[in-house]
Amino acid sequence: MTPAPPPGPPWWMKKPALQTLIDRLRADGYEVLGPRMADGAITLAPLTNLAHLPRGVRDDQQPGRYRLTMADDGGYFDHVVGPHSLKPLVFPPRTTVLEVLRVRDGWEYRTPEPPQPKRAILGVRACDLHALAIQDRVFLGGAYRDPEYAARRAGLFLIAVNCSRSAPTCFCASMNTGPAVRGGADLILTELTDGFLGVAGSDRAAPYLAAVGERPASPEEQAEAAAIPQRAAAQQTRRIDPTTVHDTLMNNLEHRRWADVAKRCLSCANCTMVCPTCFCSTVNDVSDLVGTHTRRQRVWESCFNEEHSHTAGGPVHPTTKSRYRQWLTHKLATWIDQFGTSGCVGCGRCITWCPVGIDITEEVAAMEGGRV
Amino acid sequence: MTVLPPSPWQTIPARVRAITPEVPDVTTYDLELPGADYAFRPGQFNMLYLAGVGEVAISISSDPATPQQLRHTIRAVGNVTRALTRLTAGDTLGLRGPFGTAWPVEAVRGHDIVIVAGGLGLAPLRPAIYHLIRHRPDYGRIAVLYGARTPADLLYAHEYDWWQAADIDVQLTVDVGTPTWRGAIGFVTTLLAQQPLEPARTVVFTCGPEVMMRFVATGAVNRGVAAERIFVSLERNMNCAVALCGHCQFGPSFVCQDGPVFAYANVRRLLLVENL
Ligand code: SF4
Ligand code: SF4
Repeated sequence: MTPAPPPGPPWWMKKPALQTLIDRLRADGYEVLGPRMADGAITLAPLTNLAHLPRGVRDDQQPGRYRLTMADDGGYFDHVVGPHSLKPLVFPPRTTVLEVLRVRDGWEYRTPEPPQPKRAILGVRACDLHALAIQDRVFLGGAYRDPEYAARRAGLFLIAVNCSRSAPTCFCASMNTGPAVRGGADLILTELTDGFLGVAGSDRAAPYLAAVGERPASPEEQAEAAAIPQRAAAQQTRRIDPTTVHDTLMNNLEHRRWADVAKRCLSCANCTMVCPTCFCSTVNDVSDLVGTHTRRQRVWESCFNEEHSHTAGGPVHPTTKSRYRQWLTHKLATWIDQFGTSGCVGCGRCITWCPVGIDITEEVAAMEGGRV
Repeated sequence: MTVLPPSPWQTIPARVRAITPEVPDVTTYDLELPGADYAFRPGQFNMLYLAGVGEVAISISSDPATPQQLRHTIRAVGNVTRALTRLTAGDTLGLRGPFGTAWPVEAVRGHDIVIVAGGLGLAPLRPAIYHLIRHRPDYGRIAVLYGARTPADLLYAHEYDWWQAADIDVQLTVDVGTPTWRGAIGFVTTLLAQQPLEPARTVVFTCGPEVMMRFVATGAVNRGVAAERIFVSLERNMNCAVALCGHCQFGPSFVCQDGPVFAYANVRRLLLVENL
């Protein structure tokens, strides 16, 4: 895991210095990825130039709705999280876990060497850093660890950005996962009106900060920077109480709200695909035509699919009601039992990208006998 | 450079030594693991793999004292288990394991043991029975209560005399009798109800369909056996077997890692929730 900050004082840099940062990272062998507009959304994609960033673009996010609006001026990071998280970079949607080769007297089983790409990610938000820390526990914290995750994770250089606004779907403030970045990144930026404030989050950041930092930030600039994520937090209206949600759900496993949400839920699995912490997968065999070479391929899976809970006696979760309950109770309750942390970071993606606009904060509130 | 953990999907070759038909649709595969350093505890399972077909979780049904002679008793119901029926002695397949928790045979020394099994549920209990026989003086009364659909479905029938000779009370029941069947007809829970037991010194191991285990556990609790001393073996979808794939979750547990053997006291509440 990335060590905690702060090794150094905050620095002020000009906005174009971001290009220098990108160039330096590339020169050091990093592929740089960051927010880029594609197909009407802000995605996480390779970039080489500052001009690739979605400057002035804001995302209007509502349950089941995502729209981009543009302004002529505005900052490089006025948007919040899009459909992409860091998840596919460390836990690819499709990968080979075993190669199986026909040999003279049977089969040979070979573990492929995992790729170890060096990647710098620009513009990572607090919620996604927390999601990565959660995934670290899932993939590296148990008795058996995933070597591919370990390899990909080790190659990440994380440049975080403090959110300057929240979407209506964000509820990280209530989950204590944002919007201010409190660690887990190599470099932490805050976008000011005419520059960036940069803080090193790990020792690895020092040479980069030295290259782009113009001068130590003034007390006024530091105060301006500190107020920015606070302002974003104040905009949030949705919330989940992380101290009570576990018992709220586990004491209401037979609540009639499960049947109610099941009538709305399409069991489409979108929420689990966009969620930065959902980690279910299935390994399938993919063979060549002559059957001498088989790849055991691991692909993303979702608890919303019937096959997910398949047993010889039939599926354990045969209904949408049982599947929705599995997803929500796992995310917000049993995850805590398993990993000592919530499985939700309040990024709001599952709310935005649900085709029928199901809102997990509302479902939890209903179980509390609250809003609905 | 980062030191990477070993891959939990690494598979080792196992050679089929013998294939024995047991009861209709059920076959026992004797496997050997050339050169592998391998040990298991009663109640654990392996992942068996056939190239191009896939992997399946199968409990180990042989004696833990002789792990070189590994046995799996398998019903042909799914893709992989049906493909296994095409193997012949000398063929190889892939194996990962052993995984999961075990029947706590060591911790319950000195107790009376009641084993209650339904159908193929006897397979994961057989290693425990072998252990109890091997260490017979360490335990009090031992009973095996076993139910199957018909007399022809009673698994390991040729071993019952031997178990009896080791001072194990073997009681059988079937759902549907035949003209020559002289044993009991009805649920295995009835055998449990008729079984004399001293609740304070009794431990129950049960494996079979989930409803059956639920009835067995409630029956034992009603007889005064503490829920902490009743052990069930749960079945869920096991895909990775190493708590990384998410398929086998049951409330706070990964059945592949925290199970398959659970103390009933720890799962009782959740077992009562439908489709959990
Ligand atoms: S459950 Fe929803 S809000 Fe929580 S981390 Fe996953 S996608 Fe984000
Ligand atoms: S909650 Fe929404 S996104 Fe998730 S499966 Fe149901 S319909 Fe799809």
